[in-house]
Amino acid sequence: MELPRYHRMRRALYRLEGTSCPSCSRRFFPPRAVCPACRKGGLEPFPFSGRGTLYSYTRITQAPRGFASVAPYAVGMVRLEEGPLVSAPLADTDGIDLSIGMPVEMVTRRIHEASENGPIVYGYKFRPRLRPPRQ
Amino acid sequence: MRDVGIIGIGQTAVAEHWDRSIEDLAVEAITEARRDAGTDRADALFVGNMLSGELAGQENLATAIADAAALLPIEALKIEAACASGGAALRAAWLAVASGAHDYALVVGVEKMTDHLTDGVTAALATAADADYEAGFGISFVALTALLMRRYMHDHAARREDFAAFSINSHRNAALNPRALYRQPITVADFIASPVVADPINVLDSAGICDGAAALLICPAAEAGRARRTPVRIAASACATDTLGLAERADPLVWQAVAGSARLAYDRAKVGPKDIDLFEVHDAFSIVSVLTLEACGFADRGSALRLAAEGRIALEGDIPICTLGGLKGRGHPVGASGVYQIVEVVQQLRGEAGPAQVKGARVGMAQSVGGSGSVSVTHILRA
Ligand SMILES: [Zn+2]
Repeated sequence: MELPRYHRMRRALYRLEGTSCPSCSRRFFPPRAVCPACRKGGLEPFPFSGRGTLYSYTRITQAPRGFASVAPYAVGMVRLEEGPLVSAPLADTDGIDLSIGMPVEMVTRRIHEASENGPIVYGYKFRPRLRPPRQ
Repeated sequence: MRDVGIIGIGQTAVAEHWDRSIEDLAVEAITEARRDAGTDRADALFVGNMLSGELAGQENLATAIADAAALLPIEALKIEAACASGGAALRAAWLAVASGAHDYALVVGVEKMTDHLTDGVTAALATAADADYEAGFGISFVALTALLMRRYMHDHAARREDFAAFSINSHRNAALNPRALYRQPITVADFIASPVVADPINVLDSAGICDGAAALLICPAAEAGRARRTPVRIAASACATDTLGLAERADPLVWQAVAGSARLAYDRAKVGPKDIDLFEVHDAFSIVSVLTLEACGFADRGSALRLAAEGRIALEGDIPICTLGGLKGRGHPVGASGVYQIVEVVQQLRGEAGPAQVKGARVGMAQSVGGSGSVSVTHILRA
């Protein structure tokens, strides 16, 4: 990933920050500039809690360039507590039987191998949540 | 808008053409289409291609091909819509001819993928997904499709082997097509034993990496009567889009772009699913065929697997799909596939599909899908 792109995406990558629409209160991740429902701009930053449930998952055997050294690895789609679905890598899945509906939580991990002309990229992954969340 | 007809078709064999460049392949298909039409007239060239910049290091591709094919100085444009580029190129050509801007337009879909190793092609194909929030996280294009398939299996209590009938159908039909890449029939046992790419998707459930080019010559229907071949009429051309990111849809298992382009095409052609004699489905993966048949009104939600199990998608069934092998059997040179589909529908409507002929075919549909259902182009053709 190029350094400027990494910098642009830092709030989303580190804080799972999306946006919410002041008119209809819909929430979006990734962040959107224009609400698809109201077709208006002026959306505000909205950090998600990082808690959700697994909507679907897969284990990638044939990795794209830049991800070969970590293959095979698991990725999934997570239904966040606040509503949106997010596609993301899964972490700490060794020895765990993944299942649809299982609770997961966001963690910050290394996303991408260091490349010749790019930084080491850190960002969100989701891991199985083994204990219920503290109230 | 004027009525438009297809008067010439051409195609290279789909293969690993290590000894031929992207221009070589395009020129062969264009030359065959012009010979088939029996005319040298061409006012514009529309090139369907997705990856020439990524894989051949060549953008400005339409100029390169117009030059190589000795078509200069005609207008030449590349049309890119990920894996739907081929269908999109025909749509651009149709817009040009139907509107009266041009009379004779060439369309060529071309892709050259085998100069690279699989990891490079996998990364290039992932550019159809969201670069920031999907591909940037190592979520490959196959992985996104695998996420859909797993969820579909969960929601509808389906097993992996229930999807085999789609691959078996495509390979059986490809065996009847001399231009197809994978001409050997496969069994359920082969399907189950096939190596995994991204669980639950395996190699025999995925369209392979390959090279190829297919071409068309179109002109106003009023002039098409003078052509060497009986023209096939373009009854409808339509395009629709959905969110780039798969997760951003209200329901990822409902393909709105696919449904939308089909609905627009049905309206314009004044037909419905029951009137379609054959359907060239974008079967890059079996789950794509399943979601497409449901979105286009051929099956209710959760019931498309039954169409395959009951043999209704076979050549002698009531809705034959992928009649000359589809993306899985013929091969999927991504930007070319949408044009191959049209060439094959024309072969069927001319009655020239040989042993793969669908008897009495009068109305054929072809649909190109790009990304994870984020863009879709549908054409309906009439004999
Ligand atoms: Zn809104």
